[in-house]
Parts: sequence; structure tokens; C-alpha cells
Amino acid sequence: MALLEISGLELAMRSYAGETRVLNGIDLAIDRGEVWGVVGETGSGKSLTGLSVSRLVPCPPGRYLGGSIRFDGFDVLSASPAQMRQLRGTKIGMIFQDPTTNLNPAFRIGEQLQDVALRAGVIAPEILGLEAGASRRARRHAARALALAMLDKVGIPDPASRIDDYPHQFSGGMRQRVLIAMALIGRPELLIADEPTTALDVSVQAQILRLLYGLVRERNLAVMFITHNLGVVAQICSYVAVMYGGRILETGPVRQIFKQPQHRYTRALLAAVPRRDTKRGELAGIAGSLMAAGSGPC
Amino acid sequence: MLTVKNLVKDYVTGPRFSAQRRTVQALKGVSLNVARGESFGIVGESGSGKTTLSRCILRLEPATSGRIVYDGIDVTALSGAGLRELRARIQIVFQDPYASLNPRMTVHDIVAEPMLIHFTKLGLDAAQRTARVRELLDVVGLGAEHLYRYPHEFSGGQRQRVGIARALAPKPEFLILDEPTSALDVSVQAQVLNLLHDLQRGFGLTYLFISHDLGVIRYICDRVALLYAGQIVEEGRTAEVFDAPRSDYARMLLAALPEPDPDLSPYRAAS
Repeated sequence: MALLEISGLELAMRSYAGETRVLNGIDLAIDRGEVWGVVGETGSGKSLTGLSVSRLVPCPPGRYLGGSIRFDGFDVLSASPAQMRQLRGTKIGMIFQDPTTNLNPAFRIGEQLQDVALRAGVIAPEILGLEAGASRRARRHAARALALAMLDKVGIPDPASRIDDYPHQFSGGMRQRVLIAMALIGRPELLIADEPTTALDVSVQAQILRLLYGLVRERNLAVMFITHNLGVVAQICSYVAVMYGGRILETGPVRQIFKQPQHRYTRALLAAVPRRDTKRGELAGIAGSLMAAGSGPC
Repeated sequence: MLTVKNLVKDYVTGPRFSAQRRTVQALKGVSLNVARGESFGIVGESGSGKTTLSRCILRLEPATSGRIVYDGIDVTALSGAGLRELRARIQIVFQDPYASLNPRMTVHDIVAEPMLIHFTKLGLDAAQRTARVRELLDVVGLGAEHLYRYPHEFSGGQRQRVGIARALAPKPEFLILDEPTSALDVSVQAQVLNLLHDLQRGFGLTYLFISHDLGVIRYICDRVALLYAGQIVEEGRTAEVFDAPRSDYARMLLAALPEPDPDLSPYRAAS
């Protein structure tokens, strides 16, 4: 059995115009050590799939109509909020797109990391390397040491002098590293990365991808990498799921999807990316890309 | 057609009369030539000064020193009517189609506004303006039914088309495209790039294409300049720069460009 198993997931969102189905039967299984690229255009439901796994879709307006999400055998959709809090941060780590808005500007980097470490330590004391009944002072010390070690791990130069900086003193790439450190502090088994490099420059993106790839190999992480950048998917992912209109159209190993795409939407998507040998005027746009969620291309 | 010579732009930051007041040099002597009818690409990371350069060319920012000559006219010395005349010839499409269209104006009014501002050049009355707006929307692939809608009713790609229609309204010969596709999906990006390519062939436009996306630049530009920390580190024909980069920075940037081919992954190769 895979670490994460999503089967037949259906989600509807309510708005003034009535209820719209945004996920129409998602089936996806991710195992340890696998990097799954979830690709699709805006509105294809890729972010909602990621958010559903950690139950961060607000309900209402969201409503699950059917299907199941099993994480390590545990039924996520019927979990209580308290059970989900146990899962998030320790079993499931998350990184989001914009590193600027996901750090609190009023707190020091180290403090924000320590808080996550302390919380993770409550659920699993071995993360801090302490006995269950350790004093608050000892826990704080251990949390700070862990924060420092994590900053070092994600490649922040001279972490001891940067740990008491505020987020605005860090560059975009460094902030994203901090968020990766934060997501990994509780030693998760599954990492959900929702467009983690979209806001970054290509050179910084390459550093972040290298870091992620190293961590996957070192910790045998399962990663759900949500992005619309097919270049990034080709480089880092081992499997790909192509989404459109709340459905998964095609899944498979990355080479198969890129070299022998079966679905015509996948072929169209790949043809829309300018490559080394694409002549000017040859790029193919997708005419039906403005379709609303719920209607498929087929 | 456009010559930029030793362009320097300083920004002064920090409170007045304080010790923290500093000068930041955004452009440190940039020189480049853009020929008529070509697509000239400017690539750079965030903070490299590429947007500052475009703003200086349009005189949205005064340059600190250096010269900008457009078709024999010294842009840095222009004012008033001369500047307005220049801006009818050089237009810009902005990066963010969500922020660059007034949410309280209809598409008709957005596209017609430059025709009002440049009335002396175009001399169109109200009915003629509406006719031209229809024509322009048709050119960018939108229909007459979109005429009296508001920006929020459009998708990102459609909005960028409105932005392009607006830029084409005063019949410019030179378009500055400041990351026109970076806010769009790949499929929509492909449509916009193709539209730009068709427009260039149809109207003989000259493009200054600013982007951090090397794949897009390689696709659309004839020549390219790499901007790093306010200086041009490499310039040449696109194929030459991409196939045989001379500077370390260009090599680093190209190595970081994610090719959509799983066999070219530097990460998997290392394992």
C-alpha cells in the first residue's frame, strides 16, 4: 500500500452562482521516495488536491461529495481537527508558492522555526532529542538548536548569525529555504510543495530544486510537487499526473509522459512550451484553455 | 532605431539628512542598439534593472546620466508635446494584466483612452474611435461582444490581449514588452507569444522584450542582452548567446534553465 492514496475524490465549491464541482474523481497514489509532479493550468484543481490532503480546504464553501484520502492507512477525510493538527507538520509538511506572505514579518526567523519545532516536540518528543518530561527551558534550547541545524541543512550561510534576523532581511530564495526548513522540521514523510519555485529567479529555482532533490534521496520523502512549469517537472519528478478541469487525464513515469504522451491535452500542453529547437511561430496554444472547471477537453 | 548610451540611473533611498541615506545605482552605464523591425530581448533576474531600463526609455523615470536616442530624437531632452509625440510611437505592455487595467473602465474605454490622449496624432472622433477599438480587439483575437465588459470579466490571457490592444491603439512602431507572459499559464503564454509574433509580421513592429524566462526569450528574440546588477554582461544574436555563452553569468543562467526533457535533468544525472 502506498503512503498516500487518493481515490475517487470529489469536491464541490459553493459560490453565489451555485455549487460547482472542482474535483471530479481524483485517483492518485504516492509512495515514499517518489516525486509526483501534479501539472495543470490555473483552475485545474491541482492546488485543491494538495490542500485536500492536509484538509486545508475551508468547508464550507467546500464540500466533499465522495471518495477517500488515506495517508499511511489513516482516513484523512473523517479525521477530527485535532487529529489533523497532529498530522500536519509532523507527518505531512507543506511549502507554498509565495515565501514573502508565508512568514510573519513581526517575528524573527529563529522564533518562527522554534515554534514549529516545539509543537512538533509535543507530538513526537524524539524530534527534539529529549525525554517526554523535559523542562520547558530544555525544550526551548533543543528547539533553537534544531532550528539552527535545519537552517544549516537548507544551505543558509552562517546560520548562527542569521537566525535572529527578520524575514525582510532575507532574500526571496533564502525565505523559501526557511519555509522548506520549517516544513521539514517535524520530519514529515510526505511533502506537499505547491508551486514552491514559481516566484523565484531561475538561478535560485535551480538551487531550491537541488536542495529538494537531495532531501528526497536522503530522507526517502514522498513529494507532491504541484506546478505549471513543465520544465521543472521534467527535471525533478519521477512521476507525473496531468490535471484538467478537476480530473486527472493522464498519469505515468515522467519519461513516458514527456516522450509518449497518450492524451491529446498532454500533447497540446507539451507543445505550448518553447524548447531549444522550436522555430518562431511554431508554438501551439491551446484554444479551449478558458473552459470553466467541470467541463473537460474530451 | 533605438540607441541607449551609458545610461545611469540612481535611486536615493532613506530619510533626508540622515546617515542612512544612500544612493543605489540601478543602471550602471547600459549601452545597447535596437534595429528597426527586430525583437531585442533583455534577460535578467529580479533587481537587475530591466524594468528600470524600460521606464527610462519611456521617460517614466528621468535618467541620471547617459543618452537615449530614438529615431534621431534625444529622449532625455524631451518635454511636454514632444514627449507625448514620442509616447505615441513607443508603447508598453505591462507585466501584470490584473493590475495594469483600470477595473472601473470598460474595455472600450481602456483601449480608446490612448486615442484621446494622442488625438493630435490620430484625429479620431468618437465614432471612429469605437470603430478602431473593434478593429483592434479583432486583431488581438477578442470579439465585439467584449467591447463593454469590465476587466474582471476576463481571464488573464484575455486581459493581456486587452493590454496589447491598448498599446497598439496609438499606432506605435515600437513596443516595450515588460514580462508580458510571466503571469500566464503556458498554454495561454503560447497564444500571446504567437499573437505578438503575428503582430510583428503584420505591422512591422520593433520589440524590446523584457523577461526573466530564457525559454521565452530564446523563442521570440533575434538578439538578446543579459543584464546583471545594472550592467550588460553579454549581448549578441540569440542563437549565439544560447549555444556558445561567453560570460560565466550566461553559462550559469543557461545551466539553470529547466528544459522540458527528463533526459536533460542535472539532478537525476548526478544520482
